[in-house]
Amino acid sequence: MGILDSKEPQGPLANKWTQHKNEIDLVNPANKRNIDIIIVGTGLAGGSAAATLAELGYNVKTFCYQDSPRRAHSIAAQGGVNAAKNYQGDGDSVYRLFYDTVKGGDYRSRESNVYRLAEVSSNIIDQCVAQGVPFAREYGGLLDNRSFGGVLVSRTFYAKGQTGQQLLLGAYGAMNRQIQRGKIKSYTRHEMLDLVLVEGKARGIIARDLVSGEIERHSAHAVVLATGGYGNLFFLSTYAMGANVMAAWRAHRRGAFFANPCFTQIHPTCIPVSGEHQSKLTLMSESLRNDGRIWVPKRKEDAIAIREGKLKPVQLSEEERDYYLERRYPAFGNLVPRDVASRAAKERCDAGFGVNKTGEAVFLDFASAIMRYGKEKALTSGMKEPDDNTIRELGEKIVEAKYGNLFQMYEKIVDANPYKTPMMIYPAVHYTMGGLWVDYNLQTTIPGCYAAGEANFSDHGANRLGASALMQGLADGYFVLPYTIGDYLSDDIRTGAIPTDSPEFDAAEKDVRDRMEKLMSGTGIHSVDYYHKKLGKIMWNKCGMSRNEKELKEAIKEIAELRKDFWENVKIPGSPDSKNQELEKAGRVADFLELGELFAKDALERNESCGGHFREEYQTPEGEALRDDENFKFVSAWEYMGEPSAAKLHKENLVYENIKLKTRSYK
Amino acid sequence: MKLHLKIWRQKDASTKGQMVDYTLDGVESDMSFLEMLDILNEELISKGEEPIEFDHDCREGICGTCSLQINGRPHGPDTMITVCQLHMRSFNDGDEIVIEPWRAKAFPVIKDLIVDRSAFDRIQQAGGYISVNTSGRPVDANTIPIKKHIADTAMDAATCIGCGACVAACKNASAMLFTSAKVSQFALLPQGQVEAPERVQNMVRQMDLEGFGNCTNTGACEIECPKGISLENIARMNREYLSATVKG
Repeated sequence: MGILDSKEPQGPLANKWTQHKNEIDLVNPANKRNIDIIIVGTGLAGGSAAATLAELGYNVKTFCYQDSPRRAHSIAAQGGVNAAKNYQGDGDSVYRLFYDTVKGGDYRSRESNVYRLAEVSSNIIDQCVAQGVPFAREYGGLLDNRSFGGVLVSRTFYAKGQTGQQLLLGAYGAMNRQIQRGKIKSYTRHEMLDLVLVEGKARGIIARDLVSGEIERHSAHAVVLATGGYGNLFFLSTYAMGANVMAAWRAHRRGAFFANPCFTQIHPTCIPVSGEHQSKLTLMSESLRNDGRIWVPKRKEDAIAIREGKLKPVQLSEEERDYYLERRYPAFGNLVPRDVASRAAKERCDAGFGVNKTGEAVFLDFASAIMRYGKEKALTSGMKEPDDNTIRELGEKIVEAKYGNLFQMYEKIVDANPYKTPMMIYPAVHYTMGGLWVDYNLQTTIPGCYAAGEANFSDHGANRLGASALMQGLADGYFVLPYTIGDYLSDDIRTGAIPTDSPEFDAAEKDVRDRMEKLMSGTGIHSVDYYHKKLGKIMWNKCGMSRNEKELKEAIKEIAELRKDFWENVKIPGSPDSKNQELEKAGRVADFLELGELFAKDALERNESCGGHFREEYQTPEGEALRDDENFKFVSAWEYMGEPSAAKLHKENLVYENIKLKTRSYK
Repeated sequence: MKLHLKIWRQKDASTKGQMVDYTLDGVESDMSFLEMLDILNEELISKGEEPIEFDHDCREGICGTCSLQINGRPHGPDTMITVCQLHMRSFNDGDEIVIEPWRAKAFPVIKDLIVDRSAFDRIQQAGGYISVNTSGRPVDANTIPIKKHIADTAMDAATCIGCGACVAACKNASAMLFTSAKVSQFALLPQGQVEAPERVQNMVRQMDLEGFGNCTNTGACEIECPKGISLENIARMNREYLSATVKG
């Protein structure tokens, strides 16, 4: 097994988790009162873990940079949460969810982790309903489902287009109950700046109170990082503005391996970039692909005319449109996985068929869904011969009930009515499958340091399926970590409180202060955003939807140069001893400037195409991803050795005993 | 377009603040309001001045972080959106725009346009949940059928993003709309019935302790709410409160 021991339990796949739970050590309730746990991040993974661990009796401290735990970016997840309930009777099962997830991830995830995820998925729904999460229901009063990409069943539970919000508020409520009981102490507007190791174990963090600027020491017997993904590396993404990699990267620098950094999800349906001033991209939920059809004009002249405003999309007849996903992938059509849909959009736009002024947009059209729903409604309402206008009106109402908030969001941003004219969409950075390497217990390579949710790498391989992020966050926090962390903490029942006046805490605090001082001493003229935008451009152009050796090598060089410039010149006004948003941003961008280089290095060394990682050198004659299972069926786990260029690669070989490796096909 | 901005600047909670004038040129209509402030901040930084601090995060109208009073209205002139969704096409060349933080005793200013809304968290901690164990093994989700319109009405109440616009809009700085949204969600659902009397009493008690004002039914909160939370929730909370108090 070498240095990377996944600690997967032996035995048949379906029994592994139950057996593991039976065999691991537990901490008795009286001893839990003597054990402290720090949780950084209060999204679905962190919030649910905090609530559950506090409820079990541990003393929990939570940290978030937002002004309330409720504002973590899980709140923005729109479409839904998957669970193998088979309420629709369409043949769903734990195995099928497991299979879809491994296949969707292009066979680069760990079988045992994914199976466990599928196994606990149905508990999530039970749990959330018990908490009062108002999922969408059918007229009979039972829960409703919809379909997401890459699967052939309906297993996605949802609450309008605000599923993440409702699940997060459920976890936030559960946290609040424990805060009221005094079992959780919640630190808001706080940022973790470093991880503290004592005798090789994670024993605390250094944090900054973002209001007072004060540097604080917090100790614990274990530290859980549930700090989300690192997509803001690209500057423009669907992430919250504050989302960052600092906690994970600080842990990486202290010895936690970083896995598959180049596995990034570019989501196919986002509102296109409108100009240089843009700070953020907005997602249009994948659920829209249930009813929306994606197309560009068949003829280039029509695309040009649309770009120039001389032609309206509704003027093109069915024959003049190229529904390219339906054409290329008849079996899955508009519901192919995200990586496939994104690349197909890029292919059409690169070929000159883009439909907005920048040439980087395709249409997402609801006209046929509106008519289909309208006809059905007219029939069930007993209308004899309704005209097209009546049908359209009825259909628009139904589409509004399903996606109203998304349509409103689109209209406010773009100033166009998506009920009347097709939406324009383009792919954007949305999620990172890579993250801290963890074993089956979600422990990183640092004993006592755990990673949950998007912050770890474990479940989605090289591409995540829609509605699986919420599932994984809650699975890790409610159902996995609370068990597995006990196995580690059972050794700590006699340790007693960890002191914060040790030389290790002194040294970590000094590092943090030195680093801040160095950041503040920049002598140049450019702001943090200037560097962040430059980094984002390098990442998007050379490490984005398609990558090649030459550009990756250029990216590595350019990022290293940019990092040097940043540390010498970045301009940060104000002082470190008070609220200072520029200083907060600078610390985050400094870490992105290291991670970005490792990202490019990881992409360069993975000489294959798989999932969201598309290397132009490795593709089939039809332009599909060409995987190389012979040489690359492993997880890349990088060890920090100083500069990113010196990072050392460790490989966790992936073993598939229950799924036969195949070329992923959605045709 | 060229804009004349009057913006509240305040160093910290204990220092007195003031309105400061800025002129900003080159604003485009498809910028968001916050992107307009980003540009102003870039200008200030390049001049060596401290940028204006304001709260924001998701920039897609769901996290509830952004909180600006624009020309006297929470989240600005448009309806059913947060500041981060407001675009400059709602303004004209030469406009004067006044930008202030939320004004309420229970929301003290932290710096510039940022206020402390932790009072909202404490109201939720007082009872905004159903006391089920997360690590327990609850019954199958479909054993609790809920009428669709009940679930939908509960969902409408649950969409509150906790931004505080209702408080900022209210002449009494009342938090009734915020508190009633959570009370309503659980009062409507069967899962929430068991603790309903204690919940409403505890949350209202905390709301009063935090120094929010009373409700005098002006309805300003409903008009300014970016999520369209209905006044009916306040009526429902009043009924719940009355029935809980009378029954004891």
